[in-house]
Amino acid sequence: MVSRLLLVALLAVTVLPVQAKESAADNYRVYCVQCHGSQGDGKGINARDMSVVPRDHTDAKAMSGRSDDMLFKVIKEGGSSVSKSVLMPPWGGTFSDEEIQDLVQYLRTLCKCKFGS
Amino acid sequence: MRRLLIFSAALFVSGAVSAAGEMLHKECAACHNLAGPVAQTLNEAITRKGPDLSYAGNKYRQEWLESWLQKPYRIRPAGMFYGDHIKPGSDGDEVDPGTLADHVSLAGADAVAIVAELMKLRPHDDLIAKEKIEPGSIIKQMGEMSFDKFWGCMACHRIESDYGGLSGPEVYTAGQRLQPEFIASFIRNPQAWEPRTWMPNKGVSEGGIQKMVQYIELLGKESVNGQ
Repeated sequence: MVSRLLLVALLAVTVLPVQAKESAADNYRVYCVQCHGSQGDGKGINARDMSVVPRDHTDAKAMSGRSDDMLFKVIKEGGSSVSKSVLMPPWGGTFSDEEIQDLVQYLRTLCKCKFGS
Repeated sequence: MRRLLIFSAALFVSGAVSAAGEMLHKECAACHNLAGPVAQTLNEAITRKGPDLSYAGNKYRQEWLESWLQKPYRIRPAGMFYGDHIKPGSDGDEVDPGTLADHVSLAGADAVAIVAELMKLRPHDDLIAKEKIEPGSIIKQMGEMSFDKFWGCMACHRIESDYGGLSGPEVYTAGQRLQPEFIASFIRNPQAWEPRTWMPNKGVSEGGIQKMVQYIELLGKESVNGQ
């Protein structure tokens, strides 16, 4: 039984690609800043021609109206999953769920807000 | 005599190839990953000075690469990693052109010899073989609508020289630069090629991928004709 478990564990390690977890600050800097801006204010280099401007993550009023679950969903599945802009892509193929959870908490530090506050 | 000529020609060719190989592994390798594996961590991905060439033979159109190396121009408006080339402006972030470096240009024979070496780098023939490009055409406006409005790709890519995002490579020349099977495969699963790329997997349908390839090829042809 133990050897079977060991075999399964060994297979999981060798077969599944394991990506090292990246910090939320680094992920934000690389993936989010291009649209949401280096200041998190929605004024990234890609914003100029967008029909829907990227969310200002420092806007406490708007951000406090979004639950952590909604932020998780929009990062993982994209803007269209919550009836928002398709310009916000789904990042589920890029980040692990844990990294997305960390990003949600990082967004809370940018807006200095909580859901419903 | 004829044998001697053939032998001399063979020596000349092998000499040119080995010189190209030397240049590739000495000079090009200073900025490009040639041996693989591709960047596995964010730090590896953002500190690259140039595109990963370890799968160049699966990616580029040979004739375009030969031509570009002789007369290089900027393909990524904000450089390899945009984060290193932005500065705060009056209306948000803007590209800081002073931080962008130009690619060296090569003499014709060197470009041809180096590209011949690069085209041998094909670690992802398996991914390319999975793609089947369906013949067909697309009306430009329909392609643009899919690209901009349906899939939202314009957020990061330009479909003309002054329209679209800046963090990704320009798309209006992608049809000239890239093999269609690579375009399809990269849209289908960017992380299969580059685990830490900032190109997201948008879950584009098979039909959508075919349309995007047709649109990108159309833009490429128009871009050539417009030059």
